[in-house]
Amino acid sequence: MTQKLPAKDVAIIGLGWTGSIVANELTDEGLDVVAIERGPWRDTATDYPPSYAADELRYRIRHELFLRPEQTTFTFRNKMDQTALPIRTWGAFMPPNGVGGGGVHWNSETWRFLPSDFTLRTHLTKRYGAHFLPADMTIQDWGVTYEELEPHYDRFEYLCGTCGTAGNLQGHIQEGGNPFEGPRSRPYPNPAQQQPFSHTLFAKAARELGYKPFPQPSGNMSRAYTNPLGVRMGPCTYCGFCEWFGCGNYSKASPQTTILPVLLRKPNFQARDNSEVIRINTDRSGKRATGVTFVDTAGNEWEQPAQIVILSAYTVFNVQLLLLSGIGRPYDPVANTGVIGRNFTHQTTSDVTSFFDPAKYIFNPFIASGSIGMCIDEFNGDNFDHGPHGFVGGGYMGQVQTNGRPIETTPVPPGTPKWGAKWKEAVRENYQSAVKPGTGVHGSMYSYRDVYLDLDPTYRDRFGRPLVRMTIDFHDNELKQNAFLTDKFAEIFRTMGARQILKEYRKGPYDITAYQTTHLCGGAVMGTDPKTSALNRYLQSWDVPNLFVMGATAFPHNAGYNPTGTVAALAYWSAAQIRSRYLKNPGPLVDA
Amino acid sequence: MRDTARRWRMVCAALTVLAALCATWPAGAAQSPQNFAQIERGRYLTVAADCAACHTDPVRRTPFAGGRPVETPFGAVAAANITPDRETGIGGWSDSDFERAVREGVMPDGKRLYPAMPYPYFTHMSRADVLAIRAYLATVAPVHHVVRSNQLPFPFNIRALMRLWDAWYFEPGEYKSNPGKSPAWNRGGYLVEGPGHCAACHSPKNFLGADRAEQRFRGYSLQGWFAPDITNDPQRGLGNWSQTDIVEYLKTGHNRLAAASGPMAEEVAHSSSKMSDADLEAIATYLKDQRGQSESARSVAKDDRYMKVGAAIYADRCAACHKADGTGVPYLIPNLAQSSSVDSRLPLTALRVILRGARSVATPAEPTGPAMPSFGWQLSNAQVAAVTTYIRNSWGHAAARVTAEDVGKARSSLAERTD
Repeated sequence: MTQKLPAKDVAIIGLGWTGSIVANELTDEGLDVVAIERGPWRDTATDYPPSYAADELRYRIRHELFLRPEQTTFTFRNKMDQTALPIRTWGAFMPPNGVGGGGVHWNSETWRFLPSDFTLRTHLTKRYGAHFLPADMTIQDWGVTYEELEPHYDRFEYLCGTCGTAGNLQGHIQEGGNPFEGPRSRPYPNPAQQQPFSHTLFAKAARELGYKPFPQPSGNMSRAYTNPLGVRMGPCTYCGFCEWFGCGNYSKASPQTTILPVLLRKPNFQARDNSEVIRINTDRSGKRATGVTFVDTAGNEWEQPAQIVILSAYTVFNVQLLLLSGIGRPYDPVANTGVIGRNFTHQTTSDVTSFFDPAKYIFNPFIASGSIGMCIDEFNGDNFDHGPHGFVGGGYMGQVQTNGRPIETTPVPPGTPKWGAKWKEAVRENYQSAVKPGTGVHGSMYSYRDVYLDLDPTYRDRFGRPLVRMTIDFHDNELKQNAFLTDKFAEIFRTMGARQILKEYRKGPYDITAYQTTHLCGGAVMGTDPKTSALNRYLQSWDVPNLFVMGATAFPHNAGYNPTGTVAALAYWSAAQIRSRYLKNPGPLVDA
Repeated sequence: MRDTARRWRMVCAALTVLAALCATWPAGAAQSPQNFAQIERGRYLTVAADCAACHTDPVRRTPFAGGRPVETPFGAVAAANITPDRETGIGGWSDSDFERAVREGVMPDGKRLYPAMPYPYFTHMSRADVLAIRAYLATVAPVHHVVRSNQLPFPFNIRALMRLWDAWYFEPGEYKSNPGKSPAWNRGGYLVEGPGHCAACHSPKNFLGADRAEQRFRGYSLQGWFAPDITNDPQRGLGNWSQTDIVEYLKTGHNRLAAASGPMAEEVAHSSSKMSDADLEAIATYLKDQRGQSESARSVAKDDRYMKVGAAIYADRCAACHKADGTGVPYLIPNLAQSSSVDSRLPLTALRVILRGARSVATPAEPTGPAMPSFGWQLSNAQVAAVTTYIRNSWGHAAARVTAEDVGKARSSLAERTD
């Protein structure tokens, strides 16, 4: 039996970055807000203290901070004519779980997308003609512009204390920054982190080749910082245990280190952990959300009525809840109708491992942080002429080696035996002198008609609900893009003086077992036309106007950057609209 | 905001009740429920005296209804119900009854209070201030809640013995201004000695729990912590804190050097963070003028085995946050190099924080509330002893060596604590 709780103004599903941001904005507005989180409570000193935060086996190999597939998972297939099977061990991406969400275990690479990313189809069609794009590519304009999002990017960067070197200040290109970025209204709140030896050499080689390298924008603090909410962070120690780990030193921007201390003090905010939302409830018309239903660990079912529902779980779970709640028309790739599940994307990464003379180079790879790195942006988005190359898209690339952790960091030249004394000798010889960036080429993945999410016809979760089925494969456009970028990347290491270079191109078919990034995007995208988007430009559901959907779920395509900066900017943008317009006049913010 | 609203709602509700009770209000109730200035002054003094800390059961959370066991070296004494309930609270007391209890430790029926109720300090308050507190308490919601105060073991449970204690140690009398000092100094003296009852935790006690007058404010161990020396002594006390450091610490729980945790975190959260800046300045003025006396502790030699092992553990486990030179991060990670808690007379606080961890207070001005993780599960007694000895003898600190046995004792006594 479902027990009914007293009504709240706002029910938030998932207390990660976007849930925390929206909760803080709406409680500032005086609304009574409850956030319902599937996973456990997480706090620095008790859950990832420095006394064991640097445990590679626990956090990296055994996936301590992530959702356990036993609780829920997805099914996967490459092609529409295949039968999907459930994922039983995470591989290609790591679904977060618990308070803070992905903000606990991210690397904190805090990028902005390019202005052209938000008007992608218009931009590319204008430059290259409509025929240049593959027929089944479903990219579209986002309905929001970079200029509109700029103040919200800025808010997130100042919340996090992002460390970086501005490349474009109000239209003026700055030495040492990324000259391709959109204009920013003011500099980063903190200077860039210091760069280790190999990163510095990479930048030098890149400059020799005529590129303009710049430090990767980082949420690992280059110095102590107090954010506008009064929450304090300490300087990063460059320990190299960042991605997959929580930071024990209060040095990495996360909901815990930037917002939650303030949010938790508010009497009009409540958080429920270990509570899994199983449904967004709607009234009989189906046009209005009445709240959510969740299940606690005892198996009790609770109804939480609310005036506004904010869906801010991980990408795929957002889509699953929409499908299971009957909100929005499910996407049908054959008929090419519907929107829920459409424009699902991931990423196209690759790497280059280079081996240097151990007698000349000691790189000390363990001196690192999650978003350390020297990058170039010459081959991202539409920063270069794609005309001669026959593909669209791109990515940043850089020496972004984030760790030298002992279990993972065993670079050996091709031809080395896979085990035994010879292997050990090769590891010993190369550990200090090999360069292996984490995701060296961080390429975009554009959207296609046959890459999508829907409900699996066979596999169900413990509540009897269908799992989400992912249908995803690489298309030629992305593989061409990757080959081009990987070659360009390798050239820089050759210039740097590597004696041996190993190019690891991204190849099809899409592999669910090998980690790329956790940047799953799309599935309920934003746009200007309800026929091709689930959300309007304010992340408001076209179908249920008192439902707002946060996160990369709204991205019509995935650009060549880490998504969190854009995810957060969109959350602030949406919350600002709720505060300034929706509350005064609840209803659609855009006429369909 | 909401707290204020709730408080005012309670005040309004209580006023309604009071109006109904007016006819039966005991004779001698000089204060008027209309006397806003007196009630407001009483509310502020109730905060300054932190009455709610002991008189509110942290589980029931009913303000002033009593029931919280106040820990003493002799056992627990539960704080009384001081709501205006006539049967179980103080609703039936006259003003003089109230003043006598607060300033002399004697109940209306002639029974003696235990000094867990800090009447030896409250005696320094003026009658007008005590009656203002009374006036404010008359406005809170009455709660029917019977509290069995005396939970002490024999022979301390014989209240009559308190007559002797009072005769030996209790010095009644209002705070006397020092005409040679500034008004701020005297205001600080009044707050520190009277309502603030700082000495209750921070002054060394004799074997019967009375203050050792000659060692005032030089630190005392209680509730598994060492309440540090708060004299102006540069070695053990607040000598390297500026007046602003003290004000900031009391107001926000944090300053460039230190963070409040344990019982002091409670004090900051409920009391000093809600006091006026002028009063905190006054307190700081007074404390900066309290002379201490460094004991000449000999430092442990740098090449001592404890120091070498301790240095290695410090570099590996502590330096990431507290820095190699012990300076920490201002307002976030305490500065060990300049902390008087590190080389305090007894290592209790250092041991507790290392073994159990500690959470600092979060306040509106400093919402972060960073915490130190526990190392008790990870470091052996010998390792804790070495690293404690190291921090107590580095960066200019000097203190006796802490042994594995000391750590073992601290560990077992902490194991019995739930806080």
